[in-house]
Amino acid sequence: MKRFNAIRIGELVRIAVLVMPLLLGFGAPIYAAAEVHGEAGAHEAAAVHTDEAHGEAGEHAEGGHGEGGAGDVIMHHILDSNAMEFEPFGKFPLPKIVIGGFDLSITRHVVFMWLAALILLLVFGYVGNKYKSIKSNEAPGGVANAMEALVEFIRLDVAKSNIGEGYEKHMPYLLTVFVFILVLNLLGLIPYGASATGNINVTLTLSVFTFFITQVSAIKSNGIKGYLAHLTAGTHWALWIIMIPIEVIGLFTKPFALTIRLFANMTAGHIIILSLIFISFILKSYIVAIFVSVPFSIFIYLLEIFVSFLQAFIFTMLSALFIGLGSAHEGHEAEGAH
Amino acid sequence: MLTSGIIVLSGGLLDPNPGLIFWTTVTFLIVLFILKKFTWGPMLSALEEREKGIKNSIDRAQSAKEEAEAVLNKNRQLLAQAGADADKIIREGKEYGDKLKAEITEKAHLEASRMISSAKDEIDQEKRRALTELRTEVADLAVKGAEKIIMANLDAEKQKNIVDSMIQELSQHRN
Repeated sequence: MKRFNAIRIGELVRIAVLVMPLLLGFGAPIYAAAEVHGEAGAHEAAAVHTDEAHGEAGEHAEGGHGEGGAGDVIMHHILDSNAMEFEPFGKFPLPKIVIGGFDLSITRHVVFMWLAALILLLVFGYVGNKYKSIKSNEAPGGVANAMEALVEFIRLDVAKSNIGEGYEKHMPYLLTVFVFILVLNLLGLIPYGASATGNINVTLTLSVFTFFITQVSAIKSNGIKGYLAHLTAGTHWALWIIMIPIEVIGLFTKPFALTIRLFANMTAGHIIILSLIFISFILKSYIVAIFVSVPFSIFIYLLEIFVSFLQAFIFTMLSALFIGLGSAHEGHEAEGAH
Repeated sequence: MLTSGIIVLSGGLLDPNPGLIFWTTVTFLIVLFILKKFTWGPMLSALEEREKGIKNSIDRAQSAKEEAEAVLNKNRQLLAQAGADADKIIREGKEYGDKLKAEITEKAHLEASRMISSAKDEIDQEKRRALTELRTEVADLAVKGAEKIIMANLDAEKQKNIVDSMIQELSQHRN
């Protein structure tokens, strides 16, 4: 225990030592500029900086609201863009594709999604190969074993306990959505990374998948008639005019909640980390940087690692829960009607 | 922008982007199908198989235990039965032996008494035969003696007188 504490303190000191020159190096030009130009000058510089990076959005910020230096930089980090940026080294523009009036450009988040897909295919392709080569009565080792624990967790604690009978056919979706979201979340935490799950379009698409699967499995398990009967919630026909809209809204709130939950969690984490870093820039103080920004953002960063797992788990868990509710609850009601 | 409070406009947080939706769909579906085919399938079937194997082993162990217990009970029962049987057989043997002994003794007694009685009969018969023989012999001897005596005493005159007297007597009687 003592030894462990010593290591941790040692590491913290090492991180502080590493971070200090960085802060000094990066901070100096900005501080210098701020001192020379005064407040307005600093904002202008920030706006120009955003302009370069942002394109049109930067203009909007400059024209409408001149005082958003830190905010713009933060938003720039969170939002999607048409270029891969490795700031001190330069940036690479990504191809712009427009087909039939639709903008199908490869954006930063698409690149990270592909990166995540690549990582998943490599890791799980390897694991899958392992499983093909071993016999059924022996346990795999290494990475395959670790992934097995994960799969077993999703299988028993998420799918089996929430969906119940017939959970097997939903397993591929639940597992894929879990690992996909997890890797996307974690990619946002590496340097120069961005989490595509912090983009509402991505989370919306994923929850639309859940929505369709929920509806299809509900219709499959109850038939069209049972599915429609559930929309009336088993009430008297006079109440249908109220119940049907409520039930229909209920159908759509579930995926909506999924969308917003994942998107907001990931976005908020990134905003908090960046805001904590920017406190030192706003207050122009190394003391704040060392004693507030760095330790707090490290703390939030660790929290974000946890949140990455948690949100991937929650998304999967709720998907399983919705699928289970869709099929089991209505089945129960159909039984009651007989 | 965040600081301006306008986040729904183009370039904001809630900016809809059909391209991204399209690419998300495509990427996710490709990942889903590839992983389903190459990873989840083998993995889940392996897990299920292993789970089934473990369950089978436990079931088998349970049934083997029950079977062993049944066999043990049966053995105990058989042992008890065998003890009882052995007791019964010994008892029966003893009884049979006793009966046989009694029978044999009885038979021997009977035989002995029969032999004794037949011997007695034979002795009696022999005795009677000897007596008869003796009598015949004695009678012969007496006859021979009498003959000899008679021969010695016989004379013609005397006899003629006897016969004459007898004839006279007879003729008197007729008159």
